[in-house]
Amino acid sequence: MAIDFKQVGFTYQPGTPFATQALTDINVTIPDGSYTALIGHTGSGKSTLLQHLNALLKPTTGTVTIGDRVITPETSNKDLKALRQHVGIVFQFPESQLFEETVAKDIAFGPQNFGASEADALKTAADMLALVGLDAELLDRSPFDLSGGQMRRVAIAGVLAMAPQVLVLDEPTAGLDPQGRLEMMEMFAKLRHERELTVVLVTHQMDDVANYADHVIVMDQGKIAKTGTPQEIFQDPQWLAEHHLGLPKTTAFAQQLMAKGIQFDQLPLTEDQLAQALAHQLGGATQ
Amino acid sequence: MSQIINVEHLNYRYPQQDTDALTLTDVSFSVAAGEWVAIVGHNGSGKSTLAKNLNGLLAPVSGQITIDGQVLSEDTVWDIRRKIGMVFQNPDNQFVGATVADDVAFSLENQGIPRETMLKRVDEALAQVDMSAFKTREPARLSGGQKQRVALAGMIAARPKILILDEATSMLDPEGRAEVLATIRQMKADSDLTVLSITHDIDEAASANRVLVVNDGQLVEEGTPAEIFEHGPALIKMGLDMPYPERLKAALKRQGVTVPTTYLTEKGMADWLWQLISNK
Ligand SMILES: Nc1ncnc2c1ncn2[C@@H]1O[C@H](COP(=O)(O)OP(=O)(O)OP(=O)(O)O)[C@@H](O)[C@H]1O
Ligand SMILES: Nc1ncnc2c1ncn2[C@@H]1O[C@H](COP(=O)(O)OP(=O)(O)OP(=O)(O)O)[C@@H](O)[C@H]1O
Ligand SMILES: [Mg+2]
Ligand SMILES: [Mg+2]
Repeated sequence: MAIDFKQVGFTYQPGTPFATQALTDINVTIPDGSYTALIGHTGSGKSTLLQHLNALLKPTTGTVTIGDRVITPETSNKDLKALRQHVGIVFQFPESQLFEETVAKDIAFGPQNFGASEADALKTAADMLALVGLDAELLDRSPFDLSGGQMRRVAIAGVLAMAPQVLVLDEPTAGLDPQGRLEMMEMFAKLRHERELTVVLVTHQMDDVANYADHVIVMDQGKIAKTGTPQEIFQDPQWLAEHHLGLPKTTAFAQQLMAKGIQFDQLPLTEDQLAQALAHQLGGATQ
Repeated sequence: MSQIINVEHLNYRYPQQDTDALTLTDVSFSVAAGEWVAIVGHNGSGKSTLAKNLNGLLAPVSGQITIDGQVLSEDTVWDIRRKIGMVFQNPDNQFVGATVADDVAFSLENQGIPRETMLKRVDEALAQVDMSAFKTREPARLSGGQKQRVALAGMIAARPKILILDEATSMLDPEGRAEVLATIRQMKADSDLTVLSITHDIDEAASANRVLVVNDGQLVEEGTPAEIFEHGPALIKMGLDMPYPERLKAALKRQGVTVPTTYLTEKGMADWLWQLISNK
């Protein structure tokens, strides 16, 4: 599903003394089937923009089009069920989306809400729990009696259980151990290919942008600052630094090598790209 | 140096658990005043549970915890909590003030500090985390990273003897994270602050004097960061990432390049590569 923002503005608590304008004149397209990374400094509006993708927040001005659904400031809160089924969001803080008595019921809630039988939904819950790397013995546990990383995994399982077409991930690996981080990122990539999903990822990890995304949107103070491929975005380290953004580890390391005199045709973004370029310069020879 | 934290044979089980398996098993360690200790381990290994035992939020099944010379008990728990500043994994769980400034000030209450000094400290702490512009905002209505900054400001203002950070920088960008680590280093330089930081971040672990590794509720390893990082790929099992030079070495191996087996820092790796290429 393609997603299109047209002249979108969003203000929290509009018309009160506390009004905060979080988005200003957003014009951007998230192409169907893309893996889009949304990056930007703290408070730049990433989470606010994400919540427009399933009309959890509605624009204060402008329109958001998701597939064939158009959301305007006037859109009523009714009839959003189909949209919410198609667009699954993993929130920045997992606790905010856990609510049931048990892990099993929590994950089964989505499928049941969208028409699955209880038995089928519970079966899906067990499958999803395994997919996120948790032990089946947690199924009967309260989702609040879990470690931070375990809660994160349950929240992810709950969203995957709805089999959404658009998977929206707000820093989905914060708090996960590195192995869990890698497993989850690989799983999202695999699901995307198998089910032809559109993925939207908010992250501060530039390595994840380099490794997985094919489209990048940079936000700054509620506005779109730049869009492009990872290759394009990471070509300009100085611009990134001005926007409080870093480089993938490899790109930063390649710059150290360049300072010494090693040259690259194109700045490498991933370890494998760098290793390939170096091996090439070494004539592929084993030293 | 004197031991400010001493944990002996700590066993802990969550009361709501119906099994008799322990969440923490026979955990013993001590921390010297002024030391910075990183606690690492995979998800669910027991790190947060350990932290909550240290300030008496959870009560052990058995074992003894001594903080700054006081044995932790019902009688001493309030004294001890005043000495320990803790930043929780989810900042939403610790906000109490109606505004950001109130919230930071709250961490200073019961310390008998004059109001003037208090306000000054609040302002300084907010400036340190770059949140001065948000003083009058409601903490719940902030972005994820802003919330973490406010939670940290509370502890910066409180100036506790012991600072426990439970993945307190997980939602910050690398720049924000580096700033926080620099602030903590500064606090350590200014006072005899002791830091326990629970983290999955290799740079944060590298900032510590010592690293403790928790696995399935047990302390399984301890050493300096350099000692721990020598474990290479086994670091992944400890809930840490491989340092970048190790990852690059693995990628080079996949390309058929022979790489040194000793641990190289980033600089060491760059020097080695430059040698290799310029001598070709
Ligand atoms: N519920 C809310 N009420 C009022 N203002 C809010 C609310 N949530 C966020 N804001 C403000 O809107 C702006 C954008 O916040 P948003 O959460 O979208 O940022 P973000 O890019 O996701 O940041 P982070 O990387 O820290 O999570 C910030 O200035 C924030 O203070
Ligand atoms: N309130 C609770 N009730 C019962 N069990 C709990 C509770 N909180 C945590 N646990 C369990 O205790 C174990 C240790 O959890 P803890 O939160 O200490 O892990 P952690 O090392 O901090 O993990 P993470 O890196 O995911 O935050 C986990 O298996 C978890 O499921
Ligand atoms: Mg956010
Ligand atoms: Mg924890």
